[in-house]
Amino acid sequence: MSSDPRKGVKDICSRVANDRTRLMDVVRDVQATYGCVNDDAIDLIAEHLSMHRVEVEGVVTFYAFLGEEKKGDVVIRVCDDVIDEFKGSDQVVRAFCRELKIKIGETTPDGRISLDSTPCIGMSDQAPAALINDTVITSLDACRAREIVQALKKGSAPESLVTTLGDGNNSDALIGAMVNNNIRCRGEVIFAPFADGVAIEKSLAMRPAEVIRDIKTSRLRGRGGAGFPTGMKWDFTRQADGERKFVLCNGDEGEPGTFKDRVILTECPGLMFEGMTVAGYAIGAETGILYLRGEYAYLRKWLESELEKRRSQGLLGPSVCGKDGFNFDIRIQMGAGAYVCGEETSLISSCEGQRGDPKTRPPFPAQRGYLGYPTTVNNVETFCCAARILDKGAGWFAKLGSDESPGTKLLSVSGDCRTPGVFEVPFGISVREVLGLVGASNAIAVQIGGPAGEMVGPDGFDRAIGYEDLGTGGSVMVFGPGRDMLRIASRFMDFFIDESCGYCTPCRVGNVLIRERLDIIRDGRGAPEDLDYLQELCETVKVCSRCGLGQTSPNPVLTTLKNFRNQYESRVHAAAPGLRSSFDIRAALAAGEDIAGRPSEHF
Amino acid sequence: MAKPKIATTSLAGCFGCHMSILDIDERLVDLIEVIDFDKSPIDDIKTFTDRCAVGLVEGGCANEENVDVLRSFREYCDILVALGGCAINGDIPSLRNTVPLEECIREAYFDGPSVYNPDGVIPNDKELPLLLDKVYPCSEVVKIDYSIPGCPPHAEAIWIVLNALLKGEPIEIPYEYMRYD
Amino acid sequence: MSETITFTIDGVEVQGAPGQTILEAADAAGVYIPRLCKGEGLAPRTSCRVCTVMVNGRPQTACSYPISDGMVVENETEELMTFRKNIIDMLFIEGNHYCMFCEASGRCELQALAYRFGINAPKYPFMYPKRELDTSHPDVYIERNRCILCGRCVNASRDEDGKGIFEFIGRGSEKKIAVDSSRGLSGTDAAAADKAVEACPVGSLLPKHRGYDIPVGRRAYDAAPIGSDIERHRKERNNE
Ligand SMILES: Cc1cc2nc3c(=O)[nH]c(=O)nc-3n(C[C@H](O)[C@H](O)[C@H](O)COP(=O)(O)O)c2cc1C
Ligand code: SF4
Ligand code: SF4
Ligand code: FES
Repeated sequence: MSSDPRKGVKDICSRVANDRTRLMDVVRDVQATYGCVNDDAIDLIAEHLSMHRVEVEGVVTFYAFLGEEKKGDVVIRVCDDVIDEFKGSDQVVRAFCRELKIKIGETTPDGRISLDSTPCIGMSDQAPAALINDTVITSLDACRAREIVQALKKGSAPESLVTTLGDGNNSDALIGAMVNNNIRCRGEVIFAPFADGVAIEKSLAMRPAEVIRDIKTSRLRGRGGAGFPTGMKWDFTRQADGERKFVLCNGDEGEPGTFKDRVILTECPGLMFEGMTVAGYAIGAETGILYLRGEYAYLRKWLESELEKRRSQGLLGPSVCGKDGFNFDIRIQMGAGAYVCGEETSLISSCEGQRGDPKTRPPFPAQRGYLGYPTTVNNVETFCCAARILDKGAGWFAKLGSDESPGTKLLSVSGDCRTPGVFEVPFGISVREVLGLVGASNAIAVQIGGPAGEMVGPDGFDRAIGYEDLGTGGSVMVFGPGRDMLRIASRFMDFFIDESCGYCTPCRVGNVLIRERLDIIRDGRGAPEDLDYLQELCETVKVCSRCGLGQTSPNPVLTTLKNFRNQYESRVHAAAPGLRSSFDIRAALAAGEDIAGRPSEHF
Repeated sequence: MAKPKIATTSLAGCFGCHMSILDIDERLVDLIEVIDFDKSPIDDIKTFTDRCAVGLVEGGCANEENVDVLRSFREYCDILVALGGCAINGDIPSLRNTVPLEECIREAYFDGPSVYNPDGVIPNDKELPLLLDKVYPCSEVVKIDYSIPGCPPHAEAIWIVLNALLKGEPIEIPYEYMRYD
Repeated sequence: MSETITFTIDGVEVQGAPGQTILEAADAAGVYIPRLCKGEGLAPRTSCRVCTVMVNGRPQTACSYPISDGMVVENETEELMTFRKNIIDMLFIEGNHYCMFCEASGRCELQALAYRFGINAPKYPFMYPKRELDTSHPDVYIERNRCILCGRCVNASRDEDGKGIFEFIGRGSEKKIAVDSSRGLSGTDAAAADKAVEACPVGSLLPKHRGYDIPVGRRAYDAAPIGSDIERHRKERNNE
């Protein structure tokens, strides 16, 4: 650790040539070095990067992994996703608290260890999980939590807590993680063998417009959730005016219950980089950026070395594959704990060193994206598909899957099932077939597409997964008998409230109001008219919010109101005349009684 | 036919809204031609004698007695009207809502710059209603049928609303009487 | 460019110039679309969402969306009016708005919108957040209890005043307006005459020593609802 922060911060800034658009790298490094980005550091950064200090402060206070207050040398972040909760994360948290003698959000008095909770870290198939600094610990229980604290107290480094290595490349020295891929089904698009360079070679033999034509013919649609036709996006970006163009790969994978991009990044990053390179050629870009969520920092070295390997093979760098005039390279941009940064315009803001606020559209990124230049943003899996399409042909790809949704899809399955993990299945597969594959014949509900998607009950199990019906970025959460739909919906609302960027009114305020009323109903204190109240409130947030987060955040409530209405109706009661059932007079009086030292005369 | 009855009360308010009722001026005479006041500080009837057509509530709920009175208004009144800012959103009394109750009491009886309390007592007689943790708008405690904003509401707004309610006509406060201040 | 663009708002044909937003074209045509975060002469921020309209059936913000030929805009549908009311309600309950002692009362755009929409009482429960006041500066103060996080001051200070004094910090419901100094406003070169101060639609960023300078009855929105000036324009034209 650099002893003189003045010099330390200066060095960190000069590593990015005092380029303010690289602010994310700077604040991440300062946080890692000093455990915080405090007032003094903010002033120094602002000075070196020639920006207003309040802009730096705005960024530092936006991301969950950054902060003005000093954290411990070791930060334990326990995943508090609903899947982890059902797998016992509460006991794990209690054990950590007990052993460390602190609460969530606190740091031990000696300043060494901090304890925090964090939303889904992409390990739902091996929950409960936690991040200890950058090290991932999976399949936790109270006993393991105790051992971990004891080891940390003795001074063990977080990396040394990994005793058994995971499957596949997880055991590679550059990753060295206990994470498992849990690939349960291999299809022909993503998990089939692939020879590095073939897709690039085939592309370079064509004109860029022909590459785009192939992608269009394949009818490939984005795998990140929204399902926008990839060929069209590339075409817009290609046609847009701009001195420079950019290819961004969205590796933010923040949707709870999604972890398939993690497996791609671990097992076949080459396929993804190949797809990015093809995209670069097609749209006329020289630079690609992989935005990697902060939670996946443990994959960074591995990915850097893969990039280095590709450079040495001539697959990246000047004159890719010997093609004069086609120069293309890729850098990795780390995130710092913000789900909204998966939204493509927030992702761009973040890459530019700003708060991860979404941008106003139009203009779309294809017209004006990263630093104002035409940019295509695609999901990790989308780039893999693109590379495979160039190799095996558009017609071959279009024949896979269903009519409206060609190709295969990676599903990340978690929750109450026998074999959670990643499944590469043809699009069009029914929910029931998926439940059969994962060993969950007794499921009572399945959340397709993460919290932003739809909660489907048994009468919807014959519905198809694909853009024509149940669109999904890949998250499939299975819920077995006894699970409370309203509890799940409430936890999903917690997630959206925590992750809302707060830019627009309906999402910032509306989600809080939705959860509040939902919890009143859960508590048995709701009235029948509360269902209409919720419906209208949810619709306001859905229609009026500024980005996809707010436009989908009411879905946990809207889809359970639709598909599990009886669970609401059975909990609301027509109000008796008098006080509202939602008004808790006992709670309202508790402090007053306590201070006066006597009970109420009236209630 | 018996005249419809109206009840009014001031909970955590300043009686300003009641002043506005009086500001209806000479038309009050017209009003009592067609209505009777029941429980109200205007005629000093302390408890309900009968069901009322309309209840006008000034002020939010700061203590248990406020809640009790509001509950009785909900029980006895067909239509319950939140009269003025305090009834609607707590207003001035709710300035304490961002401060924990204990601190409020300390400030009031010990730390406040104008406090003279040599014996250091906090009044605590059984007759004194217990304070709530915060000041609640009436609509959070009972169902409210209509609200007349203003601090205080314009007398004209009260007049218009009362007339419409008594005649069963749709209520609309004209723009010039629509105000929050 | 002299070509005109023709589209409809609630079925009525409206003309505008290329490059105009729906809001600009509507204003010129005498059609009022409510707005809050869009400040006069400032770039749209699209944060308040009060100007949400349907464009060919999809929600868009009128303050930012460019007009095009044949576009079908819905403005005063029952659904949109409800959503807008709900958003105004949210802004009230999210902060601490005590209009009776606010110096901006009568000229506050949030209050004026609520009047225009006939909101007697917000339908949502009040949050009563704890927010900080910054009175450190001799001539300007920030009363965050009334801040609606519209960001007009951010744009005005950066783009008009050339000072960049304001920016948001925190995220989600923790988001708040901050200034470019760890010592508060007094550490900045803010001035009462700054465009940023003028830009604040509510009583959050205010000049000191002004007080309640305009008597009740003569304030901006005492006599006629917000937007009347825009609509008057249309009436006058129709009478020609
Ligand atoms: C709140 C939010 C989070 C998102 N997170 C991701 C993500 O983690 N990964 C991703 O690929 N797309 C994510 N998206 C979708 C992106 O905005 C964008 O549609 C996608 O990256 C485009 O790539 P595709 O066309 O290849 O799917 C998210 C969208 C929203 C609204
Ligand atoms: S919907 Fe609005 S507040 Fe929510 S994340 Fe998007 S821009 Fe931010
Ligand atoms: S201080 Fe005023 S202008 Fe600035 S964000 Fe708040 S309400 Fe908007
Ligand atoms: S005025 Fe358009 S979003 Fe605020």
